[in-house]
Amino acid sequence: MAYALQQLINGISLGMIYGLIAVGYTMVYGIIGMINFAHGDIFMVGAFVALVAILMLMSGGLMDGPAAILLVLAISMAFTALYGWTVERVAYRPLRGSFRLAPLISAIGMSIVLQNFVQVSQGARVKPLEPQLPGGFELMRDGNFVVQLSYMQTLIIVSTLAVLAVFTWLVTRTALGRAMRACEQDRKMASLLGINTDRTISLAFVIGAALAAVAGTLYLLRYGIADFFMGFIVGVKAFTAAVLGGIGSLPGAVLGGLLIGLIETFWSAYFSVQYKDVAAFGILVLALIFLPTGLLGRQEVEKV
Amino acid sequence: MTSPPAAAPHAFQPRLLAALLDASKATAVAFGLFVVMVGLRTDVGPTGALFLRTRWPDVAWLCAAVFVARLAMALWAGRRLPAVGSARRAAALSRAGLFFGPALLAIALILPFVPGIGRYELDLGILVLTYVMLGWGLNIVVGLAGLLDLGYVAFYAVGAYSYALLAQYFGLSFWICLPLAGILAAFWGVLLGFPVLRLRGDYLAIVTLAFGEIIRIVLLNWVELTGGPNGISGIPRPTFFGLPFSMSGGPGTFAGFFGLEPSPSHRVIFLYYLILALALLTNWVAIRIRRQPIGRAWEALREDEIACRALGINITNTKLTAFALGAMFAGFAGAFFATRQAFISPESFTFIESAIILAIVVLGGLGSQIGIAVAAIIMIGGFELFRDLEEYRMLVFGAAMVTIMVLRPRGLVGSRAPSVVLGAQRRIDAQHVSEGRG
Repeated sequence: MAYALQQLINGISLGMIYGLIAVGYTMVYGIIGMINFAHGDIFMVGAFVALVAILMLMSGGLMDGPAAILLVLAISMAFTALYGWTVERVAYRPLRGSFRLAPLISAIGMSIVLQNFVQVSQGARVKPLEPQLPGGFELMRDGNFVVQLSYMQTLIIVSTLAVLAVFTWLVTRTALGRAMRACEQDRKMASLLGINTDRTISLAFVIGAALAAVAGTLYLLRYGIADFFMGFIVGVKAFTAAVLGGIGSLPGAVLGGLLIGLIETFWSAYFSVQYKDVAAFGILVLALIFLPTGLLGRQEVEKV
Repeated sequence: MTSPPAAAPHAFQPRLLAALLDASKATAVAFGLFVVMVGLRTDVGPTGALFLRTRWPDVAWLCAAVFVARLAMALWAGRRLPAVGSARRAAALSRAGLFFGPALLAIALILPFVPGIGRYELDLGILVLTYVMLGWGLNIVVGLAGLLDLGYVAFYAVGAYSYALLAQYFGLSFWICLPLAGILAAFWGVLLGFPVLRLRGDYLAIVTLAFGEIIRIVLLNWVELTGGPNGISGIPRPTFFGLPFSMSGGPGTFAGFFGLEPSPSHRVIFLYYLILALALLTNWVAIRIRRQPIGRAWEALREDEIACRALGINITNTKLTAFALGAMFAGFAGAFFATRQAFISPESFTFIESAIILAIVVLGGLGSQIGIAVAAIIMIGGFELFRDLEEYRMLVFGAAMVTIMVLRPRGLVGSRAPSVVLGAQRRIDAQHVSEGRG
């Protein structure tokens, strides 16, 4: 029981991170209908920017307390958003209106570029980072086993909820959010009504990258490692989460993220750690076979 | 480009100014991109702790490079003349293409005997031909049937492991295992094809990617059978229909049987011709089958699935045969890969391989056989050419992928002859393929 509770906490905090990345996938897919293959690598860039920011603050002796972590988050979001914008501008915008496979190949190329750019500029070694926020709340004691909600997990859950609240407000209450939703429904019509679709798409990439940066920073702080290849598998799982939740649906992405996080954690805890990725992908396959539109996705009407 | 031609002198100054402004903006963005990731490098110190190393000059150089490149690009784009009759150019290209294919084939046939072609060049040729074969195989799935497969390397892995395991546990020879590897891979193609029948487009892509990863993870973790990350070594080398390539030169060996001086290059030349034959077989089957009812059904499926169903084409069979046939050729290529390397491990079957093969197919122009061959030569040969760049090689590779896609979204050979024609032969421009005129 205590063990399961602990896994539940771990799963939720991991799922929150997946959810943040999944929102970026689902948003881009909803608006321009492409898999942004480089999004996982944007997450990785976010983790690296956060790592550099933490080391800078450390060398200045400023790296302590929640204020410093907030500063790191802000720095990471700002620089990673720039990466998101550039990727869209360089690799996707020239291919808008081209046939379906072209942006996908371009995205795969961009993913290779980002990975290898970071490998060249930051080195191929795995970067270890000592825990920045040790300790936690003790929730329950069962014999020798202590169920703990660490401060780090609290931070993950609180900051994810805060970021998602801001994001929801942005999408549902602002002019930008309206423009984004309009583009998602019908891009041509939206542009006829005077919405600058290029700008809206750019901003969707910027917002997605900023969310991925939050995920990257939290992942780095929680697991204490960063390497140039970390974006691939996390990215695929986050995309799985987006598909599971119903691609194009923003609450679905978060729900899917939580589910994937929980499945992965419980699978590693009770079955085998080696096959945890197989579990996540297996869920994806099953979800698509039995629930092609995802949990919260709309049924797509096919017009002939 | 709507900007006026450079002939008007008064138009020059504002254009230069605009170009300078544009380049400055690009440089500002570049500074933002590089200042953290290049300017500050995290290094692991001797105690295991991280420390930062600054590299400001590199950032300055990169920003300067971006400024110059962007300025040159803006000025060049402004100067560019309107494209001259692309139809005439396409016609000239297609005339050249008539000779290009046979010429390429002739070069491929005599390559081992061209003076100056050594072991290294032949090995490179084998590598390129392997990718040509994989590209042609994947083209059946992606280019003809229009099913986006991001996990093609899984079938390559199935083929390679089939041969390696059958040879290791049952001592079967390469020539028995080659068809078996193809059959097993085709079987897996059907097996993986079944669940994804209802999916389309990008969903299909992500599920095939997931399948590819699942197979790789299983190969990695099923240590008792596959050796896990250590892979399988000591895979038997191929024989010349039973005659081994041995340096001893005895009567039972290739050199002894034909009365030749034993030489290590015999095996390389044999492998080269083997993969050339396999690749040509793939090509031949693909070209022939395109005219068969099943091939036409694939192309119809690619253009419009609903219309296809309305015409009474069995979608299930059509999709599954495409998966199976594509997978079969990957299985052949995998068995060849295993016997050539004599060592395989899950390392060789990562997602990046699938991405490279798909990139070859798309860059070559979907459905164009010769385009895929050229794309494979450019991508894999170019990759080897940049060997000196070492760690920058993959970076250049990815950048090349993006650049080619942005400049030529339809691939290198953007037009092709229709598979089936009624009446006069006319060329189909690739722009129309997705609109259902191919």
